[in-house]
Amino acid sequence: MLELRAITAGYDRRAPVFRSVDLTLAPGESVGLLGPSGCGKSTLARVAALLHRPDAGQLVIDGEVARGWRHRAPREQRTAFGVVFQQPRLSADPRLALRDLVAEPLRAVGRSSEVADLVPELAARVGLGKDLMGRRPHEVSDGQLQRACLARALVLRPRWLVCDEMTAMLDASTTAALVHVVEEYRRESGAGMLAVGHDRVLLERWCDRTVRWEELVAG
Amino acid sequence: MADIVWRAHGGVRRSTRAWRVRTSAVIVAAVVLAVLVVPPLVNLDEQAVDLAAKLRPPSLAHPFGTDDVGRDLLLRCVYGLRVSLLVGVVAAVVATVIGTAVGALAAASGGWVDRIVMRLVDIFSSVPHLLLGIFIVAMFRPGVWPVVVSVALTHWLSTARIVRAEVLSLRSRPYVDAAISGGASRLRVAVRHLLPGVLPQAGLAAVLMVPHAIWHESALSFLGLGLPTHQASLGTLVQSARGSLLAGDWWPTLFPGLFIIVPTLAIAGLAGAWRERINPRRRSELML
Repeated sequence: MLELRAITAGYDRRAPVFRSVDLTLAPGESVGLLGPSGCGKSTLARVAALLHRPDAGQLVIDGEVARGWRHRAPREQRTAFGVVFQQPRLSADPRLALRDLVAEPLRAVGRSSEVADLVPELAARVGLGKDLMGRRPHEVSDGQLQRACLARALVLRPRWLVCDEMTAMLDASTTAALVHVVEEYRRESGAGMLAVGHDRVLLERWCDRTVRWEELVAG
Repeated sequence: MADIVWRAHGGVRRSTRAWRVRTSAVIVAAVVLAVLVVPPLVNLDEQAVDLAAKLRPPSLAHPFGTDDVGRDLLLRCVYGLRVSLLVGVVAAVVATVIGTAVGALAAASGGWVDRIVMRLVDIFSSVPHLLLGIFIVAMFRPGVWPVVVSVALTHWLSTARIVRAEVLSLRSRPYVDAAISGGASRLRVAVRHLLPGVLPQAGLAAVLMVPHAIWHESALSFLGLGLPTHQASLGTLVQSARGSLLAGDWWPTLFPGLFIIVPTLAIAGLAGAWRERINPRRRSELML
């Protein structure tokens, strides 16, 4: 259960982007959040994934109230979320080869010994060949890089996935492939998902239910 | 009729730039070779006094002439450059390390730590740094290390600012968000993602600082506060030549002066070319 209670957040305390927003995700549920660009839906997703501290409100993750955000959140809480961002170029460190990009979370939590097994398995799952995994971000396409970013989000087997406009930069076939990977992972792990986007058709077909941003802010 | 040929402008400028880089590279290579190879090879005493041959103008035996106690000026210039270069490089490296550490700390901590540290940097910057440098060397006995300490302690400020700005910009990239979500600690984010991003900037700042540090060493020695007068450095050479210049003897001033200007401009020229490579938008003049 992921509960956002009366969240007020933004980048300036005097002028928050949104006030008092409530959203609840049942265990294993996938929710699509629809809204025009600039409305604050990405900020809400970042609050949910413990990446942006809200000005007010409460976040409850599987019954546990979040006490801190970013580095102030305990590691187990942070890694409970797998996050995929809109722009793969900006969300990949340009100096790391795709292989290291995917392995980075394992190394960060001290599970380096599993890199050799897990990384090739995930690479195969998102459809990246061995040669591509040795390349650096500037040597692959946006779609290939986003596949690697999805693999990175899944490598610690998160209980919640947060996809912030994951497919906005991608063509239809890559979009379909990535959505398939996400759904396959959710089926076997029972993870819940918050997908943010403005593509109504895609989110309505992908998610258990969709929420329009206007309903959240009005309610 | 569609015979328009589009031409690139600025071709001439580019060729002069390439020429400047090549000349700079040759001079820097010659300087490094001279200070590393000549002293051990020739095994001459640059402090050998020959009062019978004092203040001789340039000749075949003494290409740069001799000074007021008959020491060979070419030899003293090479040894002086050796000392000045050592002081310049060590001071620049130390200053860059301090500046990088302070800038990174300020940016990584944020909040009141950042505010206090950066206000301190502002306060230090408001004092002319030659004055501050004089104050620091005056506390010690003359020698190489007080000069290094003085130059290093007065030159980390701009590096701290550059590094802080760079870290602040890198810190807000989504890949740092991704690292946090992937369980990376503060230290891991700093070492793995932020530090590699600022190292090119810091390295460039260090190279740009070498000529500046050499100038400071010369200035301090010229004022009589840096190195002891018997130790040849470019600053002490110019300083001790002042008397003979008034008597009309030009060579003891001219050659050490050229030894200060030409190598430092060459180093700055190379650093400028490097900066244009990593940051092509900022067309720049020499920054000393």
